Amino acid sequence: STTQQDAAAPEKVAVPPVQMFYCGVCSWPPEYCEFGVSLSKCKEWLHDSRPDLYEKYYSEEALTAKLGTISLEAQSKLEKDSAKKEAKAEAKAEAAKKKKLVRALLVIIKRIERNKRKYVTSIRGLEIFDVDLKKASKFFAQKFATGASVTKNAAGIDEIVIQGDVSQEVYDLIEEANEGGEGGGGKGGKKGLDVLKGVVVDNIEMVEEKKKKGGD
Amino acid sequence: MFKKFAASTDVSGQTPVKSSVQRSIRATILSSWSIDAETLEEIWPKKEEHLAIYTLHGEPLFFQHFDGPIYPTLRLLHKYPFILPHVGIDRGAIRFLLAGANMMCPGLTSAGGRLPPADHALAKGTPVAIDAEGKEFPVGIGIITIGTEDMKKINKDTAVESITYLGDELWGIRKL
Repeated sequence: STTQQDAAAPEKVAVPPVQMFYCGVCSWPPEYCEFGVSLSKCKEWLHDSRPDLYEKYYSEEALTAKLGTISLEAQSKLEKDSAKKEAKAEAKAEAAKKKKLVRALLVIIKRIERNKRKYVTSIRGLEIFDVDLKKASKFFAQKFATGASVTKNAAGIDEIVIQGDVSQEVYDLIEEANEGGEGGGGKGGKKGLDVLKGVVVDNIEMVEEKKKKGGD
Repeated sequence: MFKKFAASTDVSGQTPVKSSVQRSIRATILSSWSIDAETLEEIWPKKEEHLAIYTLHGEPLFFQHFDGPIYPTLRLLHKYPFILPHVGIDRGAIRFLLAGANMMCPGLTSAGGRLPPADHALAKGTPVAIDAEGKEFPVGIGIITIGTEDMKKINKDTAVESITYLGDELWGIRKL
């Protein structure tokens, strides 16, 4: 009869989803990080964020149980391969980052117009030549008795900004620093100039920019 | 007409066009332009690569290639592991699946692999979740190329074609 339907029909409830936890470094379930390219970073992250899971996956027993059906030999080979992959991936990322910063191995000294009479000098690309930006900016500030700072501009490229138009002087200083030690001479020698050493003088470009503040 | 047109604001929506509508559009083009059918076919092929990814609020849920089977994304499968039948690969096969390879019979028939019993045999063409030896969560989704009973008997060549796996391009898409 038709009462069958409403008699003992239980309320159909949706099955709740499994609450997944994914590695914050590589986005995979932590049990698979060992097959990725950043195992050491993944482990460190897991150790900090979920020590309980770290214990679950990386404790001594967990590691021996993990061997499963592959031999000790195969497992150590896997670990070596994974370490190699990780180093390779890191080197690749470093190279890509450097490439992004560099594009052409160029140092650009810009003279940017601030007001009708005032300028700021921007130096971009020094770090490609392994110049310590902080030290360099301090050196410039001291040399020119004006403000100098390291700022991160669009796309994360660091540049040194110096108040005033000192573009030509900056160029001369870099040139001097990389002339090769022909003795001190002149203004008390190369005090602090060493911070600018390493820059290839031919790779410096001087640019003038007219910056209209608040326009457009 | 396009003097003031911005893709971000003036496009109301994109939908795949029904084939009946497609046919009428093709017919209109053929009659009003000076173009022949072959050239139009070059420009706008009838059988183009059709991968449909179905999303909700931008998050991909399932996908379908041409008129093939509909697969859940691996992320969705993780949340609801019971929606597909499972097969298991042994530890040695994991790295190959993660590189995009198809799974060969020995990877499933070995001691570390796992296949369903004969009374739950899976036929060719069945979408399956691929579990990994010693792991809690599935590592990929595939489709059976030779039935599970044949895998046990023949134990050679491809058993499961890899469709999507952990870390592939689809895994990287959190929002479309």
